Formats: sequence, C-alpha cells, structure tokens
Amino acid sequence: MESGIDWELVRTSLWPIVKYALIGTVPLTLASFAAGLVLAMAVALARLSRVKVLSGLGRAYVSVIRGTPLLVQLFVIFFGLPSIGVRLDPWPSAIIAFSLNVGGYAAEIIRAAILSVPKGQWEAAHMIGMSNRLALRRIILPQAARVSVPPLSNTFISLVKDTSLASLILVTELFRRAQEIAAFSQEFLVLYVEAAVVYWVLCLFLSVGQSALEGRLDRYVAH
Amino acid sequence: MSIEVKGVNKNFGDFVALEDIDLHIPTGRLTALLGPSGGGKSTLLRIIAGLETADTGTVTIEGVEATHLPARKRNVGFVFQHYAAFKHMTVAKNVAFGLEIRKRPKAEVRKRVEELLELVHLSQFAHRLPSQLSGGQRQRMALARALAVEPNVLLLDEPFGALDAKVRKELRDWLRRLHDEVHVTTVLVTHDQEEALEVADQIVVINDGRVEQIGTPDELYDRPANDFVMSFLGPVTTLGGQLVRPHDIDLSDDDKVAGSVPGVITRMVRIGFEVRLHVRTDTDPDVHVTMTRTHARGLETGAKVWLVPTKGALTVPALDSPEPAAAG
Repeated sequence: MESGIDWELVRTSLWPIVKYALIGTVPLTLASFAAGLVLAMAVALARLSRVKVLSGLGRAYVSVIRGTPLLVQLFVIFFGLPSIGVRLDPWPSAIIAFSLNVGGYAAEIIRAAILSVPKGQWEAAHMIGMSNRLALRRIILPQAARVSVPPLSNTFISLVKDTSLASLILVTELFRRAQEIAAFSQEFLVLYVEAAVVYWVLCLFLSVGQSALEGRLDRYVAH
Repeated sequence: MSIEVKGVNKNFGDFVALEDIDLHIPTGRLTALLGPSGGGKSTLLRIIAGLETADTGTVTIEGVEATHLPARKRNVGFVFQHYAAFKHMTVAKNVAFGLEIRKRPKAEVRKRVEELLELVHLSQFAHRLPSQLSGGQRQRMALARALAVEPNVLLLDEPFGALDAKVRKELRDWLRRLHDEVHVTTVLVTHDQEEALEVADQIVVINDGRVEQIGTPDELYDRPANDFVMSFLGPVTTLGGQLVRPHDIDLSDDDKVAGSVPGVITRMVRIGFEVRLHVRTDTDPDVHVTMTRTHARGLETGAKVWLVPTKGALTVPALDSPEPAAAG
C-alpha cells in the first residue's frame, strides 16, 4: 500500500478549497458577525434597561442561545421550520442561525463592556447636558469598544470555525468543498488537514487584525 | 436668586444620609460644605446637581424650581473628585463638547475653548489626551469643562481630594483667585477644614446628615455653635470640663492665677517652631498645650505646672468628658 503524500493532489485541491474559503466561509462569517453584532447591541441594551419586560426578554434570549448547541439551532432553522411552512434556502438559514448565535454571546460581552465604563462618565456627560442616548453614543460606547475588542475577537474567530457546520445544511463553503474532493479522491487525511490549515491561516489574519485594532483603540483606556 | 434647599431628607435603606436640610446658598459666593466622611455633604451636593433625588424636600436654583429637573437641564457645572475626564477626547474637545451639543457656532466654540484653556493655564495642552496630563492638570481641565457651558452654579465634589498635598494647596489658592475673577455661585464639598477656612466665603458644617452650623470662617472659628464644630475646625483639648484650643492655654510654674489647675508634664514634642506638651492633671489625664519654642524654654518632662485657659479664650463645654461635679 502506497503511504506517501500525494503532493499533486495537495496542489490541485488547494485552489478550490481556498476559493470556497473566499466565496463561502468569509462572506458567511462577515455577514453573520455584522448582523450578530447589531442584534447583540440591541440585546445588551435591553438587558441593561430598567424596563423589566425588556431585560427579562434579553436574559431569556441569551439563556436559550447559550444553552443549546449551535448545530441544533442550525437544524431547527433549516430542517425544522419547513414543518410550519417557513422554508429557507441554505445560505439564509446559515446566516440567521449564526447571527442569532453570535447575538447571544456578544450581547453579554457588550453588556459587560458598557458596565465597565465608570459611572462617573455617565454623570459627567449628563452634567454637561447630554441625554442618555447621546452619552451612550459619544462617551460610553467609544470607551467600551476597547474593552470589548479581545472578547469579541474570540467570538469572531470561533465563528470562522463554526461556519464549517453550515456544510451540514448544504452550504458550499471551505469544508464542504474539501469533503467533496475527499470523497472523490478518497484522500481524507490530506484534504481534511488541508482544510484545517486554511482555517488556521484565516484565523491568523484575524489575530493580526485584532492587535492592530487594539493598538488603535488603546488611547481610550490609557490612564 | 441663589440656591435654596428646603426640608430635604434622604435615606439609603436604613441609613439616614440627610435629615431635614434647610440651606440658603448666596449668589456669586463660594460656599463650602464641610464635614467628616459619610456625613452627607456629598449627597447634598449631588441632590443639588440632580445626580441623586431627595426623598422629600425641594431644591431651587437661581429662582427655578429644580427638584424634578434632570441633571442635564439644571445648567449646573460639576467637578468630580476623580476628574471623570472623557478619556477618548483631547483636552480641547473635552471642554468644547458641552458647547457643541448646544449647537453653538464653530467659531464661537473655538474662541470660548481658547479662553477657558487660558483661564485654567492649559493652552499648550489643548491637543493632548487626558491620559497625558497630571492629576492637577486633569482637574483644571474638568473645571474648564464645567465652566464652558456658562453654568448658573458650579459644584465641586472634593475636587482636590485625589491630589497630593502640594498640588492641593496650589489649586486651592488658584480656585479662590479664579472665583474672584469669574464670580459664579460655587459650592465646594470638602472634609479638609483648612481648605474650607482658606477659600470659602461661607461654610456649612454638616455632620450625621444634619447642618451643625452655617457662618463665615471667622464666625465658625470664633463662635462655634457646639463642641463638634469647635473640634472639627481645629485642634482642641479638654481642661476642667471645657473644650479649649491647645494654644489658648497659659502655663505657669505657680498657682498665682485664679482658677488654674495643677498638673505634671508627661511628654514634650518639638515640631519646628512649635512645642507640644502633654500634661496630666487630677481631672484630665492628657491635656495638650502648644506654645512656641521661646515660651517653652526651661520646661521639662516631670515638672509641676499650673494650667488655665488664656483670658478671653474660646471655651465650649465638653459633652463627652465627665464634669467633676457630675461624677459618680
């Protein structure tokens, strides 16, 4: 039995995998993260609200998202909803599931970051005439941003890898493409390691981006 | 016109922070709220600012009933002990922000910011971030920020409390001079009696949530309403059931002065030009006497002396110490 590495296969399969990283994994991640952040901001503010119903709803949402597996959430949306007449294509299903998931985790990060800004900043903002809304936007969030970058980067990097689950609901992205080539060539180890390396490189880029962003925002927390 | 506080009560749970406060703060003057930590003075200041709400009572600022106005509508400038600088904005932006949100024309904002930074001696730091300033500079920036919106009233909550002693003294002098220039009605919260005596036109002594006395620095120092005010405004000692200032005690080596009390010097400490004596008498185990070095010449530990309050010196009955007649 031949046990050497099929370098020719590595070479020819690399571009298809990278291509589906670029047209599958990356847009899926970016769209889900962007939508997830908007949702997270809304949920964080709801949880911080003095209106009991709002904070209760926020708490319940976070609890459900964090208390159930992402794969199950994905299946409920793609395979489950059609039973009540809601039929979604693979891509929208994946984006909805991932943004809901990011929304739950990032909401807690944003809430904590807002709470980490000293109460005196709110008071100082009010004393020079700002409304709550203006104080939040111009004084609190810019300072909370720096605090939330490391944990949000974590969420982002997890999301890059979690998008591989979308292959199970027929979204063609990096991992699904690797699976297809592997099934055809029967070279599972080569293809899956190759897929792993591409994920790793993507995440490496993100870590570099995170450091750059932290550097830019550092002035907000310097004492 | 001025600030009127009427019948203000404030509880935090079981803790009574303020009890039936009535207060008049005159326009254009610098008033100090003086008292020990936890006595309620900061709470009172925050109620005037609108950062806390009173349980009962009213606050009127320059004729406007403000009790239910939110802080941002009271037109009050506030300076916090820990600066509360907007860390993500330059010094100039910190000062300008209040004017910008009031939609003042750009040129006017720029001019006003320049004037204010000049006033607080920070012109050359306009484009720095607060993190690049010292504590004293940050607090001056906070003051410029508070003054920018031309407040009716300026409130300062232990503004120099986080600074070291030397800077604190400098800023105190500077605040007094600034007030003489700007004349905005100012309320300063402090637990430092020297600070209050030095800068304030009027002092309100607050303790245990109540006003103990209101008056000018001289009135408070010379005619304290009770033992608390007397002991809070300066050092005191007990001699024959009376509170008296340690520098207001005459000491002699015989009993010729009527009413003098015999005692024995137990300890002598010299601090610069001043000498502090500890004297044990029959009624008071540890009477403090201070005098200049010249007057203390010839005295030594163990010597027998006679003590009497200086003629005309202020004395207040000591409530805590047992009177000889009431003993038993």
